[in-house]
Amino acid sequence: MTSYGRAAKLLCFAAFTDALAFCATDAQSVVNPVGPQSGKIAGLWWFFFWLLGAIFLLVMVAALWTLTRPNRGLAQEPLEGTHQVSQETESRATRVVTGASIATVVILFVLIVASVSTGKGLAELPYKKNTLTIEVMGTQWWWNITYQNSDSSLVFTTANEIHIPTGRPVQIRGLSNDVIHSFWVPNLHGKADFIPSRVNTEWIQADKPGVYRGQCAEFCGLQHAHMIIYVIAETPENFRKWYEHQLQPAGQPSDPTTQRGQQVFMNNACVYCHQIRGTDAAGQNGPDLTHFGSRLGIAANTVPNTPGNLGGWIADPQSTKPGNHMATVAVNSADMQPLINYLESLK
Amino acid sequence: MIQTQDVLPNVPNQEEDISNLERVWRRGRGLFGWLSVTTHQAIGMRYIVTAFVMLLVGGIEALLMRIQLAKPNNTFLNPDLYNQIFTTHGTTMMFLFAVPMMEGMAIYLVPLMCGTRNVAFPRLNAFGYWMFLGGVLFLYWGVFTGAAPDMGWFAYPPLSGPQFTPGKRTDVWAQMITFTEFSALCVATEIVVTILKMRTPGMTLNRIPLYVWSLLIQSFMVIFAMPAIVVASSYLLSDRTIGTHFVNPAEGGDPLLYQHIFWFFGHPEVYIIFIPALGFVSAIVSANARREVFGYPAMVLSQIANGFIAFGLWVHHMFATGLPQIGEAFFTASSMMIAITSGVQIFCWIATLWTGRPRMTTSLYFVYGFIAIFVLGGMTGVMLASVPLDLQVHDTYFVIAHFHYVLIGGAVFPLFGAFYHWFPKMTGRLMSERLGRWNFWVLFIGFNLTFFPMHILGLKGMPRRVYTYPPEVGWGSISQLATLGAFIIAIGGIMFLANVFMSRKTGSVAGNNPWEADSLEWAASSPPAPYNFEYLPVATTRTPMWVPREERAFVTGLRTDRREVLVTTLMDAEPHHRYVLPGSSIWPFITAITVTIGFIGSVFNPWYIISGSILTFFGLLGWFWPRRSTEIRDEAGVRA
Repeated sequence: MTSYGRAAKLLCFAAFTDALAFCATDAQSVVNPVGPQSGKIAGLWWFFFWLLGAIFLLVMVAALWTLTRPNRGLAQEPLEGTHQVSQETESRATRVVTGASIATVVILFVLIVASVSTGKGLAELPYKKNTLTIEVMGTQWWWNITYQNSDSSLVFTTANEIHIPTGRPVQIRGLSNDVIHSFWVPNLHGKADFIPSRVNTEWIQADKPGVYRGQCAEFCGLQHAHMIIYVIAETPENFRKWYEHQLQPAGQPSDPTTQRGQQVFMNNACVYCHQIRGTDAAGQNGPDLTHFGSRLGIAANTVPNTPGNLGGWIADPQSTKPGNHMATVAVNSADMQPLINYLESLK
Repeated sequence: MIQTQDVLPNVPNQEEDISNLERVWRRGRGLFGWLSVTTHQAIGMRYIVTAFVMLLVGGIEALLMRIQLAKPNNTFLNPDLYNQIFTTHGTTMMFLFAVPMMEGMAIYLVPLMCGTRNVAFPRLNAFGYWMFLGGVLFLYWGVFTGAAPDMGWFAYPPLSGPQFTPGKRTDVWAQMITFTEFSALCVATEIVVTILKMRTPGMTLNRIPLYVWSLLIQSFMVIFAMPAIVVASSYLLSDRTIGTHFVNPAEGGDPLLYQHIFWFFGHPEVYIIFIPALGFVSAIVSANARREVFGYPAMVLSQIANGFIAFGLWVHHMFATGLPQIGEAFFTASSMMIAITSGVQIFCWIATLWTGRPRMTTSLYFVYGFIAIFVLGGMTGVMLASVPLDLQVHDTYFVIAHFHYVLIGGAVFPLFGAFYHWFPKMTGRLMSERLGRWNFWVLFIGFNLTFFPMHILGLKGMPRRVYTYPPEVGWGSISQLATLGAFIIAIGGIMFLANVFMSRKTGSVAGNNPWEADSLEWAASSPPAPYNFEYLPVATTRTPMWVPREERAFVTGLRTDRREVLVTTLMDAEPHHRYVLPGSSIWPFITAITVTIGFIGSVFNPWYIISGSILTFFGLLGWFWPRRSTEIRDEAGVRA
């Protein structure tokens, strides 16, 4: 091949991979792996993609080639009026079709072997040392998260946001207390369905710090679209800090406004559903709010956690996320700002 | 003589035979006559028209969804409406368009291709259509009264259970399934018996046209797959209506059991839709390549293997539920096997076109479109068979892209090809080829513009069944492209309709065999007489219409003063005995109404099952009431 041809081929290839790479820029992408699990799958994906893509093109060329047939001129078969094809042509076609069929079988064997061995690779993570277990429960339409430990004083609960240390295998123990949900953070791994009355586990590991977005992938009702989870991968030191902080109860408000906000919270229906450790609020139906102020989003990350969004959410939950199960609690306008300040102070 | 086959045997009493046939097979007049019709062309056409209307309705639902998804945080549809629409779209396309359409085409074409006068059980056939119509009307009654199902077309419990979807929406869905099951089982029975026992003499097993083979296989699949969905929907309905504990985890039931049973039906269902479409492709290819399809035994065996394998790979819909690894490997391998049997067929068609002299009719354009789209869908199907890849792209837009590639590419493109191919047979006039080619290109481009980008959306993490998405995930511009494509598809649909309506009035007159095709339906007049053939044509080769006219053989001596057909042997199609088919009857319609009362009522009150059954008993009494009609007397005469 001439160097010109090689360059042209390279250029074509580069343009094509660039076109595909634009899907690799996101925080919720299959082809932007940040851990061993998603990395192995992405490797398998590109292998399938190139091999099957090449076969597709070959079949298309063969199919389009037939369009040249009517103009082939001499010795046209089948002869007009007979619909018969010569034995020679027929046996040549038999050879080609048989060859293509055998090739199909061989290629499928290769793909099966590649697929099954990748599957085995995905099952290696649990055998590593120093693992972390997080229990994630899907519920309409948010994620309840419990960091497990054999020492019960090291167990705590949070919601809609998982922090993990980089380089460490994490077991997600999946549960559901209502309908089927599916846990999916594509940058880390594929899906695991969370089925009521069953436990399904998934092993993930992030090798790069970052915020990875995931969302429920099994249709679970009205607000299936807004059941989002963030996985925040941090360096082991930062994770340690976050973890120790999460174990602490909520801080006591210091200034009068936030103190007023705490009273508003405690004197309203909020406490029936939400827990704030270190206070009297111990509800279990809604997300734990002990360190709410440090979280990224509100309403299972439907909107970013800003004081404005929080005010809108409390005042009218149904307009932010229609159909969700949070009760509308009548908070008078004078109490709203203190309440917001209090919740945002729960860092 | 009013109508005529292209060639008629030289027998005495020809005029008398034909006037007898005209009299005996005449359809009744007025509304009563219309409701009593049992001829296969009329019933088949009703299926085709009804299913086509459902395609349009399902298409409008798709457009509504595409408008909602065209931009982030759109509020065109609220989540409740969106969930109803996507569920109704899937349900309509699977149960009320695709399957009935394939059944309708089969009812119309199979008796013609087998060279007989009607299907084996004409009244059951009429009954099946009315049941299908009952399902259509029930679902759309739900849609217009706010009781449209909203839990997805596969209705997984516990979301579809009594706790999470109270009200009647899921019940409407489950009972609509019952209607279509009934109808599909009626048709499958018809088709199997018609093909096995009513083929014209000479049409041995290895001379059956590939389209007819595909229907035989599809009908057997229906017979084996439908009972599974009967079980699944009955579990669901009884959990909901009378509080049983089959699949409701709150009561100790198992939601995964439902998934297994549903997909044991659900996966074959897809092949039930596209195997007949592969039959269309074979018919179109052989007619237009002007040679019979290459590798007949390989084609038949591949289709049969497809039918079997279809029942062994349902678990690939459930990889994310957490299965043991050995099970995963088994279902990966079985799912990939489909690529072998489908691949062989694709290779055979290409070889046929390659060794034939393809004539580029519109229907052949659709076949080329089919090959391109279906093969791409097959490639993504192989990806989905791999457990690790499936865990990532399962339940995302990648899967939506995949199944629209295999279902639209694999079934709807061949179907449009089939419309262009058989329209002249059904109406007597050719469709415009010029408009047809535009029609093809608009559909082909629109289709790829809509669904190709969805692969990328899936890889970018977009799950299916979300009513909206925020701007920061970056799905907006690709979704917009897909919406644009959907409207181009709609334009293609309008072009097709325009072509149908214009061609029906002004298309050029087709004659019996405008494409010089090979199978027996082209021996009949266009449109066929209610009795199809004055004298049943005999199949002396696999391509009977390519036998020179002077060498063609016919069945003579069948009585024409009653609806008499010839029953032949299963393997060799040798004449076995005469059989008199029942004529027109209002009772299938009445029985369908009584069954409908029972079905619909039972959603609201279980006692309707009792009252519906009693009413149905009277319906069946009328249906089977012995009458001293000429037909019955004649039948006795034959035995004597």
